Amino acid sequence: MVDIGCRPRLVRDPDLISIKDTGPVVGYRSIMTSRASLIPRFPRAGAQLLAPLPSGPLSLLLGRAARGMAERHPGLLTRLGPHAEKRFLIDPTDLPLSFLIHPQAARPRIEALSASASPAWDCRIAGPLAALIGMIHGAYDGDALFFSRDIVIEGDTEAALALRNALDDAEIDLFEEAAESLGAPGRMAGRRLRPLARTASRITGVALTRAEELL
Amino acid sequence: MNVPELELVCPAGTPAALRAAVDAGAHTVYCGFADETNARNFPGLNFSRDEMAAGAAYAHGAGSKLLVAINTFPRAGAEEIWHRAVDDAQAAGADAVILADLGLLAYAAEHRPGLRRHLSVQAAAANADAITFYAETFGVKRVVLPRVLSVEEITAINRDIDVETEVFVFGGLCVMAEGRCSLSSYATGRSPNMSGACSPASHVVYTEEQGELVSRLGNFTIHKVPRDAPAPYPTLCKGCFSAGGQTGHVFEDPMSLDAAELIPRLAEAGVTALKIEGRQRSRAYVSAVVKSFRRATDAIAAGRPVPVSELAHLTEGQSSTLGAYRKNWR
Repeated sequence: MVDIGCRPRLVRDPDLISIKDTGPVVGYRSIMTSRASLIPRFPRAGAQLLAPLPSGPLSLLLGRAARGMAERHPGLLTRLGPHAEKRFLIDPTDLPLSFLIHPQAARPRIEALSASASPAWDCRIAGPLAALIGMIHGAYDGDALFFSRDIVIEGDTEAALALRNALDDAEIDLFEEAAESLGAPGRMAGRRLRPLARTASRITGVALTRAEELL
Repeated sequence: MNVPELELVCPAGTPAALRAAVDAGAHTVYCGFADETNARNFPGLNFSRDEMAAGAAYAHGAGSKLLVAINTFPRAGAEEIWHRAVDDAQAAGADAVILADLGLLAYAAEHRPGLRRHLSVQAAAANADAITFYAETFGVKRVVLPRVLSVEEITAINRDIDVETEVFVFGGLCVMAEGRCSLSSYATGRSPNMSGACSPASHVVYTEEQGELVSRLGNFTIHKVPRDAPAPYPTLCKGCFSAGGQTGHVFEDPMSLDAAELIPRLAEAGVTALKIEGRQRSRAYVSAVVKSFRRATDAIAAGRPVPVSELAHLTEGQSSTLGAYRKNWR
């Protein structure tokens, strides 16, 4: 049992009421203990290799995958509701690129962006690639990643929550979605490569497929 | 000492989480409809009518029960929304509804007498007289006790009542008089009691300022947390404030309840069911917490000690407390 938190406590302090009534309450610097993250990071050398890749072709592939995902998981858009019209910047902090997701029902899009891009977004979710993928695959809990500071949320918090809940319910498997987006050859390759992906997940600690499959 | 196996009541905010709870060994799962009738009315969460029926079928197929939380307080002139939720819960195959409002309890008792009624923690029934009133007047069969009672107080209550009691053992910790707390309303105009959301995400803003995570709820700065320190939920009751030359957590520290070690004592106190909080959490959380507590209840039923919990990484502030069960305040 750990008993941490700010000290000293303020109990039954009559001044509190007057402070509240005069406007925003002053924040304070927490003295909570820090904790090293257990989330694997993408190797720096690998990330450097990705940097020069052109984002255009990747965006085309991702756009196709996004449309397929929307068709195969209609509950995603239902759960997003009005937030489907928002722009979500997914920012893997250990990669030299980010992804702009615009789930809109008419034409869902995912754009790959170089590190130098500065797109307009409603909501930004940033963290190590393994944390972001692991959250989608049900290996990590989004709130826990927020508590541990492994992910950062900025902008429209309500939209971020809707996206997280919609993805969690959809039980998406990105490996399977990638294979599906490449048609029959992709599905065939996906079936053959799947055991390798599971093995790679166990070795690297990164949930490359749905977590339930890795148990 | 062998004790009767306690019923594990587990949260599910989505159909996927419901399946995760059942597969992990939940005896019972509780859910809500995707509207203001339940106290976890968050974006992207909860169940349509069809999803609730499918969820009940999935739970029953595995020998688990399904409870539907309809535990907010109906708005004047809009009671029909809450009445329909009760009707639809029964139609979906729910084993019980979890209610808080007197009028809604009366409606359910009169119009759906065959549907088992549990009293929500939102009703804040914290003594034997109040519980007996609900039992005798509305036929309530189980009461979810507020998180302000010690084990000794729970023992005393169980001695004087004729209905089952359910107590929280894990998750977000609210030590307010639930159903009556107005902090969220004060800051945002919305509350768990009426709108179904405490500190609604629509009013929460996170920013990184000079290396610190700053959390704001409406016009209130709730926290400034240094880089790498655990972050709390942006609720007023767990905020850190400065006043009178002092700073501190005015109401409660940002940490989660974990009463696993107290399960044997809760069983001795006459408790029937153990509740896990967290319908707003992911299927990863649900699966991990349910498995851990199912191991604990199975162990206790078999006369073995409670296994060590490994759930700290899932708790708010990455720390846990026994809450009011072991009071060292008041």
